[in-house]
Amino acid sequence: MSSLEPSRRDTRLDSYIDQYADRTASMTVSAVRALFSVANRPEVVSLAGGMPNIADLPLKDLGASFDQLIQTKGIQAMQYGSGQGELFMREHIVDVMAEEAVHANADDVVITCGSQQALDLVTRIFVNPGDVVLCEAPSYVGALGTFNAYQADIHHVAMDEHGLIPSAIRDAVTALRAAGKHVKFLYTIPNFNNPTGITQPVERRKEILAVAQELSLLIVEDNPYGLLTIEGEPLPALRSMDPGVIYLGSFSKTFAPGFRIGWVLAPHAVRERLVIAQEAAVLSPPVFSQFAIANYLENFDWRAQIVNFREMYRARRDATLQGLADHMPPTATWTHPTGGFFVWLTLPEGLDSQALLARAVNERVAYVPGNAFYADGFGSRNMRLSYCFPTPERIYEGTRRLGKVIRDELEMRETFGLPATDTPHTPVIGPAPDLS
Amino acid sequence: MSNNVIVLAGGLSHERDVSLRSGRRVAQALRETGHTVVEADINASLIDTIASLDEPVVFPVLHGGAGEDGALREVFDLLDIAYVGSTGSASRIAFDKAVMTPTVAAAGIATPQQSALPTDMFRELGAGNLVGALATKIGFPMMVKPARSGSALGSAKVDDASALPAAVVGAFSYGDVAIVAEFIEGTEVAVSVIDLGDGPVALPAVEIRPSSGVYDYTARYTAGATRFLAPAPMDADVAAACAQMALSAHRALGLRDLSRTDMIVRDGVPYFLEVNVAPGMTETSLLPLAIEASSARFADVCAALVGVARARSFGEDGVADGDASA
Repeated sequence: MSSLEPSRRDTRLDSYIDQYADRTASMTVSAVRALFSVANRPEVVSLAGGMPNIADLPLKDLGASFDQLIQTKGIQAMQYGSGQGELFMREHIVDVMAEEAVHANADDVVITCGSQQALDLVTRIFVNPGDVVLCEAPSYVGALGTFNAYQADIHHVAMDEHGLIPSAIRDAVTALRAAGKHVKFLYTIPNFNNPTGITQPVERRKEILAVAQELSLLIVEDNPYGLLTIEGEPLPALRSMDPGVIYLGSFSKTFAPGFRIGWVLAPHAVRERLVIAQEAAVLSPPVFSQFAIANYLENFDWRAQIVNFREMYRARRDATLQGLADHMPPTATWTHPTGGFFVWLTLPEGLDSQALLARAVNERVAYVPGNAFYADGFGSRNMRLSYCFPTPERIYEGTRRLGKVIRDELEMRETFGLPATDTPHTPVIGPAPDLS
Repeated sequence: MSNNVIVLAGGLSHERDVSLRSGRRVAQALRETGHTVVEADINASLIDTIASLDEPVVFPVLHGGAGEDGALREVFDLLDIAYVGSTGSASRIAFDKAVMTPTVAAAGIATPQQSALPTDMFRELGAGNLVGALATKIGFPMMVKPARSGSALGSAKVDDASALPAAVVGAFSYGDVAIVAEFIEGTEVAVSVIDLGDGPVALPAVEIRPSSGVYDYTARYTAGATRFLAPAPMDADVAAACAQMALSAHRALGLRDLSRTDMIVRDGVPYFLEVNVAPGMTETSLLPLAIEASSARFADVCAALVGVARARSFGEDGVADGDASA
């Protein structure tokens, strides 16, 4: 071997590679994430993203209204604001929460950059590295990302067709505490859970609250979809039954996500810390967005708009369920959401949704593999199907394509004699295959 | 003289994301060298976009699918559109490992032993029989990969017979033909070839040392995940053999303008793995590293490649004002 030449470049293409915090270790490029790039092409029916469909908003009227807003209140609306959020906005939020039986004081609301930042702030003030956060099995991928960023020790709690199983909460907390772990809170999405679409009935909510009280366990309730009920009436939030619950809300699904306005409703002492944390994070949440949303709430029939959204999503949900009934093999099962955006599909035994994604892209359909919603590698037999964005016709076509993908893979595995139980990342826990 | 360039990136392949990143880098490089750049994707408006510009040169930076398999380049040939890179027919051969590897082997290039088998064969003849034959003929460890894909997508190293069926099924997720090839343990090296009008020239070899031990998709596109050495630390005769292999592959496949040949060096002997007619141009890609190792500037080479394509199609010197020679 010749000696190194002076001009040789020896590089890892990142001068700071040895300086990053440990929490960035999982921040790498992934082939699965890259495949989603294809999902944006019009040829592909994307059942992957959870983008709300806001095409029906009265854009022309909103434009005129915002124009007026800038002319009359522009100086205020484009200035720095309060770290807690503007009082008029917090008062509007109190009115919105009342729709789900949450009665609160505007002083206890902290406005955030979407409920995603609410989650970040709550985790920031409660979680030390290694502390345990409990969440549903499966749970919202964005929440898992936040918990990971704070180096939380994430434990999933089993669900059934009614959501979190109270006895499983008790068992998990008891075992973790016996092992010397600090269990900081339980994160839950009671309405139309992301990704499963499952909703906790009122009785289940009471049982969960009772267990939490028995264990002195803090509950963080995330409720972005609660008003998007497409069967029955909105159910009372956990927070409506227990003022100790920390409640996260958002305008992203009931109005529009681009404003990035969410909120936390928290007991007084917690709220104080949240405000200080918020000031450290962003000084103040977007002031213009607060004015814009307040303007919308004051000048438009937002309740009627939500009714419109419900009807629009109902048609999409129905197309999804009809498409799955028509095209899935008999050994696939899926949830039947009564609101929200998502259906959780359980594949026939042996299939791996992550491995299947490349074949799905070939067939021009996309979804999110189930293991994205677990911190521990489970979920390989599941996938999340979002019905919020494509038209009902496209959704139905997407389920047809997905059915072909699954059947082709089953045939391929049969050809190679691969066992039905060959599931490298499983056993699958969480919603059982009989949820349909 | 026109200095219009259309950088074509995206497409519908599994490598769309990589292509978009490559395309942005090439577009930026060409703007730096005074070109007027339009960034375009493959869609129904592409031909109109090309027609709307004065003597444009298309710079395809499409990885996988129609962008790399020759289909789109055949259309460019049909419509007399100037473009950088290999012809449609040459790309068609180079993109398909089932055809490419025997072609370069016939030219005397050392290649791993391989079998290319379509799904139909497994289905009709019985997978068990063929899996057994592959185990006997190729032996373990072996590499299983799709015949028509890149970025190591769908590729797996298989150490024993029990893992082979799942690996083949995985490769079939990306296409209808799977390659099962002898695994050669050694140093992973890439040699890029560029032809700026005076014949193909091999750039310095780049040695690849992924931190994880496997040069998979994550190792390829996460900055910091792989160590690159350029020029590769190897004896002069080995470096010459690697360069010769890349040039021979380039010529044997009838490639044009640019290519990148991936190889494994074992005991001082290079073994051909594959050639790419649309090499990656991202911040972590190998061809840009090789260009830098040759003391040239990436932007200048991109500009010169456009100049070559322009001269080929329009009969001019084709170099836009402000271009520097690479």
